[in-house]
Amino acid sequence: MMPLRTPQWWSYGLFLATLSTFLSAQEPALRVPATVSAGSPFAISVRGQGRGTLYLLGPSRALRREIEFGKDASISGDDVSSSGIYQVVVCAGGSCATKNLEVRPAPAKRLGFLLHPSRVPVSTRNAVNATAIAFDQHSNVVLAPADVTFRISPAGEKPIEKTVPTVLGIASFQMDSRASQGTLEVNAKLDDTTEPRVIQQVASEACGLRMTAVPAGTTITLQTDPIRDCKGNPLPDGTIVSFTKIDGAGKSTVDTPIKKDRAVAQFSVSGPARISVACGVVVGNEIAWGGRQ
Amino acid sequence: MKRGLAILIVVLTAALLAAGWLQAGGLKIQAERSGRTPDEAVRALMASIQARDWDRAYRGLDHSNDLQQADFVREIAGADGSLRTYSNLQSFDIWPVHASAGQAMLRVRLNWSSAVGSLAEVRDLQVVRSGDAWKVVWPRPNFAKVPLHVLPVNYLRWDVVGRRSDDWGTATVDSPQVRILSMNAVERPDSVVVVGEVENEDTVPAYLNISAALLKSDGSVLAQQDSFDAISHSLLPKQVSPYRIDFPGARLSQVKSVRIDAHPLLIPASADPVISVENQSVSKDALGRSILKGSLVNQSGQIVNIAQVLAVFYDTSGKAIWVSDGYVDQALQPQAPVPFAVDIPADVANRMHDYHVAVNHYTAPSA
Repeated sequence: MMPLRTPQWWSYGLFLATLSTFLSAQEPALRVPATVSAGSPFAISVRGQGRGTLYLLGPSRALRREIEFGKDASISGDDVSSSGIYQVVVCAGGSCATKNLEVRPAPAKRLGFLLHPSRVPVSTRNAVNATAIAFDQHSNVVLAPADVTFRISPAGEKPIEKTVPTVLGIASFQMDSRASQGTLEVNAKLDDTTEPRVIQQVASEACGLRMTAVPAGTTITLQTDPIRDCKGNPLPDGTIVSFTKIDGAGKSTVDTPIKKDRAVAQFSVSGPARISVACGVVVGNEIAWGGRQ
Repeated sequence: MKRGLAILIVVLTAALLAAGWLQAGGLKIQAERSGRTPDEAVRALMASIQARDWDRAYRGLDHSNDLQQADFVREIAGADGSLRTYSNLQSFDIWPVHASAGQAMLRVRLNWSSAVGSLAEVRDLQVVRSGDAWKVVWPRPNFAKVPLHVLPVNYLRWDVVGRRSDDWGTATVDSPQVRILSMNAVERPDSVVVVGEVENEDTVPAYLNISAALLKSDGSVLAQQDSFDAISHSLLPKQVSPYRIDFPGARLSQVKSVRIDAHPLLIPASADPVISVENQSVSKDALGRSILKGSLVNQSGQIVNIAQVLAVFYDTSGKAIWVSDGYVDQALQPQAPVPFAVDIPADVANRMHDYHVAVNHYTAPSA
C-alpha cells in the first residue's frame, strides 16, 4: 500500500491559478427577457463580479453602456421603441456573450388609412380601395390580429359598416363606386382610434350625347342636350366637347367647355354641311345641315 | 516733308476704311439698296427688314396701294406679344417667278429665328418699275377690325388649394387619369417618330408630358425622348391632344418594341380661351408641298399671344400616321380669324384619309 502524500504548498497555488484562468476565460452569464413590448423598460443582468460593456443593437438604434456584473442594468423604453430583433452583447476581459431579444409592437394606438383613388367614376367595379394599417404609439406596425371597422357613408345614402380583421397589421377591402356622383366618406375605426377619409365619385363617360342646331342668318348655333353619363349624372362644367362641321369651305372644329350641363358652339355655314359632336372618345349624333337630319 | 506725311496718312486711312467697307459687304449692301433690278429691290427690302430699319424698308416699297408704314411694321415686326415680336429675320432666299419690262414676280423664302426655333415663310412679292428703280408692292395687310362691344366671359377655372401632408394616406388628391388612345411608330428618312393621341379622361385639368423609349430585341433601351412641344401639355377634362416624339438617327429595324409613359400633373387651369379652327382644308403651297391650312378664331375676350397648331393625320383604318405642328406668328385678337398652315409630308398626304386639329396657346398674364 502506497502511503498518502501530503500536498505541497506549491500544488495548491497551481490549482488556484488554473481555476482563476479558466473562470476568467468564460463568457459572462447573461440574462435577457425573450420578448418585450416596444417602448417598455426592462432589465438585463450578468452574473458574477466585475465590470463589462453592454451593447444593445436594434433595427434603428444602438446603445453602448458600462455595466457592473451582478446588478440589473435597466434599459429605458425609448431605447427599444422600434419593434424587431435586437442583439444584446456583453463583453468583458476579451470575451463577449450575445443573446437575442424580440421587441414586439405595443398595442395598436393609431391607424394609417388610405382611401384610393381620390376621384372615381361612378358605377365602377372594385374601383374604391380602402387600406388601413394598425400602428402602435411608436409607429410600429401591429402584427397581432385586430378588427378594423369601416363605416362607409355615400352622399345621400345610409351609412353601412364593414369589419375587416387585420392580417399582418393590414386590413383592406375593395368596393364598387356608387351610381350617383358625390362624396364617399369612409371612417376606419380601431378601438378608440378613428380616421376619416373622403373621396369624390364623379360622372363617368357621356352617354347619349345629342345636339341640336338653330340657324341664325349664315351661322348656326349648336347646343347639346344636358350632357349626362349613363346613370344620369351630369358631366362637370369645364368638360370639353368637340364640335366638327364639314362643308364646302372645309372642316371646322371647336373644343368648347360644358357650362351649366350644356356645350354651345357657333359655326358659319356655306351650303350643305355635316356636323358632328364628341366628348372625349364618345361620339354623339350627326346633323346633315341643308339635308335630312 | 511734313505735308507729304500728312497726305500719306490721309490716303492710308481712306484706303483702310475702303477695305473695311468692302470686307463688311458694302458693295453688296449698296447693290441691295439701289433697287436697279427686281432682285435687287427685293434684296434691299429683305436687308432692311433684317436690320429692322423700318423707315428704309418702307421707302423701298411701292406706295400706290396706300399701305401705311404702321401697318407694314405691325405685320413684319409683330404686335401684342405675338411670336413675331420674339423673331428676327435670319436669312432669305429669292427666286424669280416671272418678269416683264414693267413688273416682275419673285418668290421669297424668309427664315425667321424665333423663341420657339426657326420658322420658314414663303411669300410671292410683286415688283414694279418706278422710273429707274424697282419697288416692291407689299400687299396691304388686312387686319380684322372687330367693332367695339362687350363680350361677357364667365369662364371656368380650377385651382389647387391646400398643402400636401407627409403622413401616409392623407394625401387625398391623385394625379389626373390620362389615357393614351393610340400610338404608332413610323419611320422617316432620318429618324423614327412615335405619334398618337392622348386623352385626359379625368374631371380635373392635367399638365401632361409623354415620354417614350425605343427598346432593342434584348430589352435594352436604344433611345429615350419626350414629346417636348409637339403636344398640348395642358389638357382640360375629356380633351384629346395629338403627340409626336422624334428619335433622330434611329431606324425602325433596330427597334423591337416601344415603351411609352404618360406623366400627368394636377394643375390650376382655366377653360378660357376657346379657339375654333375654321375652314381647314388640304392644298398645295407655292412650292408644291401639301399643307393643311385654315384659320384660328379666338372666341374669348382676351388676346392670345402665341398659338400653336397640332394636326394628327389618320389613314383609312383610323390609325394615326403623322402629327404636324406649327406656330402662328400673329397674336389672336378676340373674334378675328388668323390664318395658319402646317406641312404634310408627301407620303403622308398620299395615305391620309382624315385629320384632326388641336390648338395649343400661350397667353401672357394680364397686368
